[in-house]
Amino acid sequence: MTYEPQKDFGTPPSNSEKMVILTIDGREVSVPEGSSIMRAAAEQGTDIPKLCATDSLESFGSCRLCLVEIDGRRGTPASCTTPAEEGMTVKTQTPMLQKLRKGVMELYISDHPLDCLTCAANGDCELQDQAGAVGLRNVRYGADATHMGQEKDTSNPYFDYDPSKCIACSRCVRACDEVQGTLALTMEGRGFDSKISAGLASDDFLSSECVSCGACVQACPTETLIEKNVVEIGTPERSVITTCAYCGVGCTFRAEMRGEQLVRMVPWKEGKANHGHSCVKGRFAWGYAQHQERITKPMIRASIDEPWKEVEWGEAFAYAASELKRISEKYGKNALGGITSSRCTNEETFLVQKLIRAGFGNNNVDTCARVCHSPTGFGLKNTFGTSAGTQDFDSVDDSDVILVIGANPTDAHPVFASRMKRRLRAGAKLIVIDPRKTDLVRSPHIEADHHLPLRPGTNVAVLTAMAHVIVTEGLADEDFIRERCDWDEYSHWAEFVSDKRNAPETLEPVTMIAADELRAAARLFASGGNGAIYYGLGVTEHSQGSSTVMAIANLAMATGNVGRRGVGVNPLRGQNNVQGACDMGSFPHELSGYRHISDGDARALFEDDWAVTLDPEPGLRIPNMLDAAVDGTFKALYVQGEDILQSDPNTKHVSAGLAAMECVIVHDLFLNETANYAHIFLPGSTFLEKDGTFTNAERRIQMVRKVMTPINGMEDWQVTQQLARAMGLDWDYSHPSEIMDEISRLTPSFAGVSFDKLDEEGSLQWPVNDAAPDGSPIMHVDGFVRGKGKFIVTDYVPTDEKTGPRFPLLLTTGRILSHYNVGAQTRRTENVAWHPEDLLEIHPADAEDRGLKSGDWVKLNSRSGETTLRAEITDRVAPGVVYTTFHHPATQANVVTTEFSDWATNCPEYKVTAVQISASNGPSDWQEEYEALSEQSRRIASEIEAAE
Amino acid sequence: MSDTTETLVRMANQIADNLMQESDPAAATAQHIKLYWDPRMKAKILAAQADGLNDFALKAVKILNMQ
Ligand code: SF4
Ligand code: SF4
Ligand code: SF4
Ligand code: FES
Repeated sequence: MTYEPQKDFGTPPSNSEKMVILTIDGREVSVPEGSSIMRAAAEQGTDIPKLCATDSLESFGSCRLCLVEIDGRRGTPASCTTPAEEGMTVKTQTPMLQKLRKGVMELYISDHPLDCLTCAANGDCELQDQAGAVGLRNVRYGADATHMGQEKDTSNPYFDYDPSKCIACSRCVRACDEVQGTLALTMEGRGFDSKISAGLASDDFLSSECVSCGACVQACPTETLIEKNVVEIGTPERSVITTCAYCGVGCTFRAEMRGEQLVRMVPWKEGKANHGHSCVKGRFAWGYAQHQERITKPMIRASIDEPWKEVEWGEAFAYAASELKRISEKYGKNALGGITSSRCTNEETFLVQKLIRAGFGNNNVDTCARVCHSPTGFGLKNTFGTSAGTQDFDSVDDSDVILVIGANPTDAHPVFASRMKRRLRAGAKLIVIDPRKTDLVRSPHIEADHHLPLRPGTNVAVLTAMAHVIVTEGLADEDFIRERCDWDEYSHWAEFVSDKRNAPETLEPVTMIAADELRAAARLFASGGNGAIYYGLGVTEHSQGSSTVMAIANLAMATGNVGRRGVGVNPLRGQNNVQGACDMGSFPHELSGYRHISDGDARALFEDDWAVTLDPEPGLRIPNMLDAAVDGTFKALYVQGEDILQSDPNTKHVSAGLAAMECVIVHDLFLNETANYAHIFLPGSTFLEKDGTFTNAERRIQMVRKVMTPINGMEDWQVTQQLARAMGLDWDYSHPSEIMDEISRLTPSFAGVSFDKLDEEGSLQWPVNDAAPDGSPIMHVDGFVRGKGKFIVTDYVPTDEKTGPRFPLLLTTGRILSHYNVGAQTRRTENVAWHPEDLLEIHPADAEDRGLKSGDWVKLNSRSGETTLRAEITDRVAPGVVYTTFHHPATQANVVTTEFSDWATNCPEYKVTAVQISASNGPSDWQEEYEALSEQSRRIASEIEAAE
Repeated sequence: MSDTTETLVRMANQIADNLMQESDPAAATAQHIKLYWDPRMKAKILAAQADGLNDFALKAVKILNMQ
């Protein structure tokens, strides 16, 4: 595709189903009622000159450039604010309009530097275009301009603000308000004197409330707000549509390129997950792809004490295959296993699990979803019949009550959070169940109707108490339940939740939630109209993670909130392809499409296609692999795109497991923490360097497209294929589309998916099959996938992780907007400007008891280990609770987390660790030892030689 | 008891605790282990027998032993 900016229709589309017909410049056009004349004209191919309008924002009507004449009406109304009406006759170009527009344009230009030739936005500037469009040829007014000569603000690492170019159209201010919902910008002054400002006068962009989402940069019609990259590299010359590789929202972007150089990522307006919006990570934080620490050559070593030796690909594959074969012969085939990555594509993930099942000959395959959303799979499969969220993101527009539990979408799922906030500003009610006062609880123009700051680890108790209120106060939707669920199971469940021991009053000492408040929240959810539940890792990463997911499903069924728009159960997935990794058969007990490995029919399908015999017994999950390694029965691991040493709990246990293995193959972009224990390193490729698909939290399958050649020489699926071939498998895929064809052949919910169909449709939400050839935005519409919805009794079982005199506080963990997971990518970008280190949030009362203040080093101890980090004193956390993120390896937050896990899935209990904190003067012994080990383990022979 | 056996015992107990409301908690626990544990884990818990297992977990192990 050659470069063309995305078409701008001037004002947002109207959702009306009623059409109106009008005549514009002598041609009839039919548009949905409520469309502006500007939009109607654009649909018909006539671009009316405009400056203050853009189709991501509501019309504003300030620039007066878009004037039109309408038969039978006086004056020249603005086409962006005038709705199209049936029978209207509009003229967009007359001598009078031309004269008026020229006058307006002249005023704008008189206050604008005329350095177009050297301006970075030359050729990509709406002011320039519009000056041409209105035929402006000279400017009569003097250059006593108000904006010129003002200083640039270059504080944001990704974009500049040059007020001298500003035309005061306020598109940026409105983008920040309407699209992003941060309300960081204001327009100061009036008329031509006005100037935008990021918060207080003293604030620059970096120190302001701005979260660097880039919406204002995209909205700005001039060079005033512009990506630094465009200034440095120049305007793009072509663009490719692809999908963000960070979080489960799955924003689609236009990767705008010059040659093989990426100039900028611009959110794609047609993207169904993001509708043209993005966050700082996807839009700006892709510099890691070219980071100097990226490893581009395969490396091997016989022992982890040795420095790495760079080798050719062929030697690396041969060595890996010989090691895997040696270990299989010596210890048996079950001593081998592998881990797929939620960062990689569906096709890559599918191949890794195929290599393990068909090549290694066992089911020891797991995925990093183990440590985040495995309870979602278990819980939703058992209650509804399928392991996925029920809605598309757009559904939130029809929600009346939004319940957010254990999720912090403004940080972890920012683009969806902006959507949700827009709905909240429009009047939907909000219930937040979270130990912390997250941003959603209170932010500009948003205030939660109920915030239930529960004690970490008591989710099930809180949800059961809510169910108690709903059932005992007669608020359950019995018609829905009789029609859609098994009534006997419901009755059994209703009896259980109605028991007095589940009353909010009885549970108050456990949950620490005032019973009145909980009752009010439950009543609101049950009777406030369409109720939608959104949840995240604060639900799953508990010893009762699976029970909590089932309790959420129970609540949705009991209130009739499943099977239509505006309702449903919505897991907010962490990584970009968590949903996909789970769908692709990455769990040791399941083939793709969630069919149990003991299911003979499902196995037969694969056995036929792959010409192998599959083991009917489930394999090891990640924590079980590590235990088995310590026991000496598990010896070799292939890890694709995952850093278990940093991301998994109880670091010391993970390192003991890895150290006990004879062959660890790490396939990644960087020498990550796990690679400290690796013997073979296979360099990986970034999402910019490969073709494939990701599946987001709405089950939406979207294309990832290669925009540049992989600097390591191979896409990740090719690496896995070569490894398989070295082991004697006759794989011969020439393109990821062929892998997708195999997935669709073997997976009923993907039956209608192919790259061609995805190219055609833009995206597809599974199931895609004969019954739903274009996919399924909402699930369980006419009935649950499993038949009848199943109520499952979820009894509150307190975690074994208990506070006591030695460890009196509860540590809970989370993430922050600017970083992603273990931070391997974002730490290697300018995003460190916002979050250079992990901090420990401590309530003022707990800090005072211990004589701590913000910025102090504190020692954080649990029964697993200790680490140190700096304190931040804040009442976002409740007394007795401390909180940190885990984005930086130096912090080693997981040295402190324990081996406790969800009862059903072994998903680690990251969200609850009993700890003590005390003043400290620097890093712990473990941190120092580990630092030394990392340094030693990362040596590369060629670099040592070069240095000598 | 080795660390890893202890882990399995804790896991089995936890499963039983969470399935206490099922009509047959021991059978449900046994079924869960059967569906989600790798054979070497099953073998290990069968060998561990009574040590540290709670009532339903113990019954579940017995059920598995008979299968
Ligand atoms: S980058 Fe985003 S948050 Fe920052 S000012 Fe612009 S729109 Fe607002
Ligand atoms: S910075 Fe750009 S978008 Fe904002 S008012 Fe100025 S010209 Fe308009
Ligand atoms: S990180 Fe998530 S919200 Fe941000 S751009 Fe990427 S997909 Fe969108
Ligand atoms: S574009 Fe209509 S008034 Fe500015």
